[in-house]
Amino acid sequence: MLKDITIGQFFPGDSIIHRLDPRFKIIMTFIFIIMIFTGKSMICLGIGAVYTVTAVLLSKIKFKMFVKSIKPLMPFLLITAFLNILFVNGETVYFHWKFIKITSEGINVSIFMIIRIVMLIVGSSLLTYTTSPITLTDAVERLLSPLKRFKFPVHELAMMMSIALRFIPTLIEETDKIISAQKARGAEIDTGSLLNRAKNLVSILIPLFISSFRRADELATAMECRCYSGGEGRTRLRQLKSSSMDYIALSVTVFFLLCVIMTNLIYS
Amino acid sequence: MAVLKTEELTYIYSEGTPFEKTAVDHVNLEINEGEMVGVIGHTGSGKSTLIQHFNGLLKATSGRVLLDGVDIWADKTKIRDVRFQVGLVFQYPEYQIFEETVYKDIAFGCKNMGLDEAEIKRRVIETAYDTGLSEELLKRSPFELSGGQKRRVAIAGVMAMKPKVLILDEPAAGLDPSGRDKIFECIKNYHRKYNNTILIVSHSMEDTASFADKILVMNQSKVFCYDDTVNVFARAEEITEIGLDVPQITKVFIELKKRGFDFGKEVYTVDYAKKLLLEYLKERQGR
Repeated sequence: MLKDITIGQFFPGDSIIHRLDPRFKIIMTFIFIIMIFTGKSMICLGIGAVYTVTAVLLSKIKFKMFVKSIKPLMPFLLITAFLNILFVNGETVYFHWKFIKITSEGINVSIFMIIRIVMLIVGSSLLTYTTSPITLTDAVERLLSPLKRFKFPVHELAMMMSIALRFIPTLIEETDKIISAQKARGAEIDTGSLLNRAKNLVSILIPLFISSFRRADELATAMECRCYSGGEGRTRLRQLKSSSMDYIALSVTVFFLLCVIMTNLIYS
Repeated sequence: MAVLKTEELTYIYSEGTPFEKTAVDHVNLEINEGEMVGVIGHTGSGKSTLIQHFNGLLKATSGRVLLDGVDIWADKTKIRDVRFQVGLVFQYPEYQIFEETVYKDIAFGCKNMGLDEAEIKRRVIETAYDTGLSEELLKRSPFELSGGQKRRVAIAGVMAMKPKVLILDEPAAGLDPSGRDKIFECIKNYHRKYNNTILIVSHSMEDTASFADKILVMNQSKVFCYDDTVNVFARAEEITEIGLDVPQITKVFIELKKRGFDFGKEVYTVDYAKKLLLEYLKERQGR
């Protein structure tokens, strides 16, 4: 059950996408998101799809993994699409019953929305699939560093982020273990009535909270033992360096964004 | 009769992803009623994965687990009953404790079984006694107890369900010597009292040798050997080869054999070694 969570998962590899500078990857992901949301027509989505598919192919990550990242969100997607079909007003009416109207516009809107969100998930999964959490937070720290002038605690934020990311798999594993242990004592967690399941949730949450606090406490002690005192004067092991490849990739992304904007202008 | 039996049991983690790993590879086993079995193997040898199949927490990729001759997955809705019959105590079980009082935590499993209050009370008090927890402790919060006591509360929680087969994964891990002795003492007493089947996973040969009737050695997801304790230690050299340790006393006797003192028997407990040596010395004096 919990093993299906792929958010923040990283698949080590040596593809072009893996080797890109994480700072550029974050910026490109932002541009990609803007690209997806500014697109107003199917052609724009087509352009976005070309970009997404190329990036996915270049990453050499199995297609299956992306399907896995979409899967948990599928019910929400289908429900919203369904509501859109039922309630969006339009001119060409296929079916009419009381307040429910199925129109060609409604169907179009739903398909458009599904493709858009699927692409959004695939694109952002690509970022975490190809970038290790540590380099990702390094990049975030660098990108936010101008904010230091305004006394914004950039380093602390990045440290919290990397600790949080670091502990996602640990906590998932821990949760799995606790669930198994309570199941072994006959707790009904994924079977039984809803009320029973809710009651049994307590038997998972309490041990989980306790161990989270214990871990946080231990980690804080361990960090203090190694004289951690914040970002002041701290040097880094991995220096982020950008290469010509990064600039090429960025230009390609910007080019795609411009294409989408142009198409919007032409067809509006 | 075999109480637990596996047929070609295989389990593959994250099948179809880059992390795919066969954790249990075609395991065939028969565990008889009333036996005390020690399960040993390296970390990652598949022992913990294997035992989670016995109570249906994991479902095998292929192969079957039979409890009393019946496939545990024959009726999916009855899997909870299997869990009451095959009690599993995880590694560091104290982390699963959650109730406000020791009493309530021990009673959790019994409550899930749907027993009535009187029966639950009887069982909790009985197992608390069996595990050396005083009655006064039952009213306290489990979070105030010492590490060893917490561990015993967690084990008692499973014992109270009176499972036919009790499986413990590293029950003494991370405890001080007196704590571990107490735990093993509890388990041995429990075995003597109810004569049920017990499986204990451990990486310490020393501990395992002292209690087990039979030993199951796992190596690289496969059963390396499964036999009576004596016969397993007869293969002491092979066991050392796969990187597992044999008891120190066994090593001493292997060395003695190399130096010309062959006792012709497998020695794995200090008591037995003492007896053999004394007999030998007496014999020599007599000559």
